[in-house]
Amino acid sequence: MMQFDPNDLNSILPLVVLLGWACVLLLVDLFIPKGRKGWTAILAAFGLAISMGLTLGRAGQIGSGFRGMVVQDGFSTFLAVLILGSGLLGIALAYDYMRRMGWERGEFYPILMFSVSGMVLMAQAADLIVVFLALELLSIPLYVLAAFGSPRPDSEEAGLKYFLLGAFATGFVVYGITLVYGATGATALREIVDATFAMGTPSPLLLIGAALIMVGFGFKVAAVPFHMWTPDVYQGAPTAVTAFMAVGAKAAGFAALLRVFVLAFPLLQADLVPVIWALAALTMLVGNVIAIAQTNIKRMLAYSSIAHAGYILMAFVAFGDSAVRADAVASALFYLLVYAITSFGAWAVVIALEKKDGRGLEITDYAGLGRKRPALAAAMTVFMLSLTGMPPTLGLIGKFYLFRAVIDAGQIWLAVIGVLTSLISAYYYLRVVVTMYMREGEPETTREPWLDLTWSLAALATVVLSFLPAALFAWASGAILRLF
Amino acid sequence: MDLGIPLTHYLLVSAILFTMGALGVLIRRNALIVFMSIELMLNAANLAFVAFARSFEQTTGQPVFTGQLFVFFVIAVAAAEVAVGLALIVAIFRTKQTIDVDQLSSMKG
Repeated sequence: MMQFDPNDLNSILPLVVLLGWACVLLLVDLFIPKGRKGWTAILAAFGLAISMGLTLGRAGQIGSGFRGMVVQDGFSTFLAVLILGSGLLGIALAYDYMRRMGWERGEFYPILMFSVSGMVLMAQAADLIVVFLALELLSIPLYVLAAFGSPRPDSEEAGLKYFLLGAFATGFVVYGITLVYGATGATALREIVDATFAMGTPSPLLLIGAALIMVGFGFKVAAVPFHMWTPDVYQGAPTAVTAFMAVGAKAAGFAALLRVFVLAFPLLQADLVPVIWALAALTMLVGNVIAIAQTNIKRMLAYSSIAHAGYILMAFVAFGDSAVRADAVASALFYLLVYAITSFGAWAVVIALEKKDGRGLEITDYAGLGRKRPALAAAMTVFMLSLTGMPPTLGLIGKFYLFRAVIDAGQIWLAVIGVLTSLISAYYYLRVVVTMYMREGEPETTREPWLDLTWSLAALATVVLSFLPAALFAWASGAILRLF
Repeated sequence: MDLGIPLTHYLLVSAILFTMGALGVLIRRNALIVFMSIELMLNAANLAFVAFARSFEQTTGQPVFTGQLFVFFVIAVAAAEVAVGLALIVAIFRTKQTIDVDQLSSMKG
């Protein structure tokens, strides 16, 4: 009989703390009077901070638990810190926003914590069963969060659409896992790779299974042609949720893709690279081109988020090439970090202009912001420059590492498409900047302490960190060394 | 117990179920039916999983738990999804008096 080993819990200690805290918080929230739900937010933030402290405190440790079903390594630490940070920023954005919009309900914060724990578990998953469980643990709370603006029809629609398409994607992932299990007789990533090496040439069953898993996660990270839900969901969901979802769900989706494909399917490289190539190119093209036509800022940022998924997918082309994959994965992780900082900042600015009745979301509403709130407009300019990939911002550094990895992998044309689409993107990002400074208008903005802190810190980080990229990239590379 | 039904038969049924589910999601417009089609996809995976596990049991002569266990996980998670999904569908029905997914189009662009 298998014995329960307390050491297993040690390998997921930050996660245990997080989940336990969220469950207790659900109960505690009952005793916090209506109208003072800010306390729930603060307690939730404490839980996330403690979990982050534990993660950072154990940063150097390598371990695994539950018979190798979960692992703790540099890769999981990097992503866990990124995801927990997104959770904290998500709470900071939601703190006043949810009250202002009239959606303040205490259960918001525990649900957000459950989603965060799913994402952290995804970063640690080393078995397809855990990948599936983590996927659901992160998705189901997100469906609820997207619909949190109920009874506003936009938000309910966003929730239902996200739910139906998310569950559809889960169906693909589960069926893919089934076929991989059928082909290899294992669900543990290590055993799968051993079995594929024993097979020599990959069987069709394995190939279809891997492709289905990729389709499923393609939905999660919003890669074209599985992106149809993204604009509606990002637009309809409460903006604080959108910001968290854009970063957290993407990070978790790429965590799963990177770990599963790099560890379990390196032999499928030759078969899958053309597919990934096409996915990445299409995602960059469609995301950037359709973004041009958008007049709603949330929708524009949604298409921008699709485009950025395409950039990260580019790095993924080299997943089976042992010579360059370490750099490729490191650059993908680095880009995720860059995207997280920049996109949280941009969403914070969107929240500062959003009104209770849903006005203030058109790009034309940003006219005159440069005169009315110079600091806010300057921050938005920094974010737009960073999303385009222009100096002096982190976005440029992120793209630089990403394109270098792609060229090292020998995919010159993919890099060319990446550069060209970045040029296209300059049009719609800079349009926001032009509107802010060149057009006359009287934008109404909100000043809220946590919100202001978020966008100012994000803007500062985007500029300052761009002057010391080597240290950050070394951290991301360090994360990878442990992966193989 | 071997009833003599080969693995491929199970897989064929499972593949047909999965395809029906996927087509249902793409073609049907009622949110509830779409949801049921998704459940069909999950159950197709369950069937294949159990069939694979049993065939591995027969080839190795040892009990194989992984496949069978996964099915329990899928069932449990699907139940959690039903709870959230039906709640969302009810909420939508209250506001819009319809659950036709084509009419969920207040956002454009």
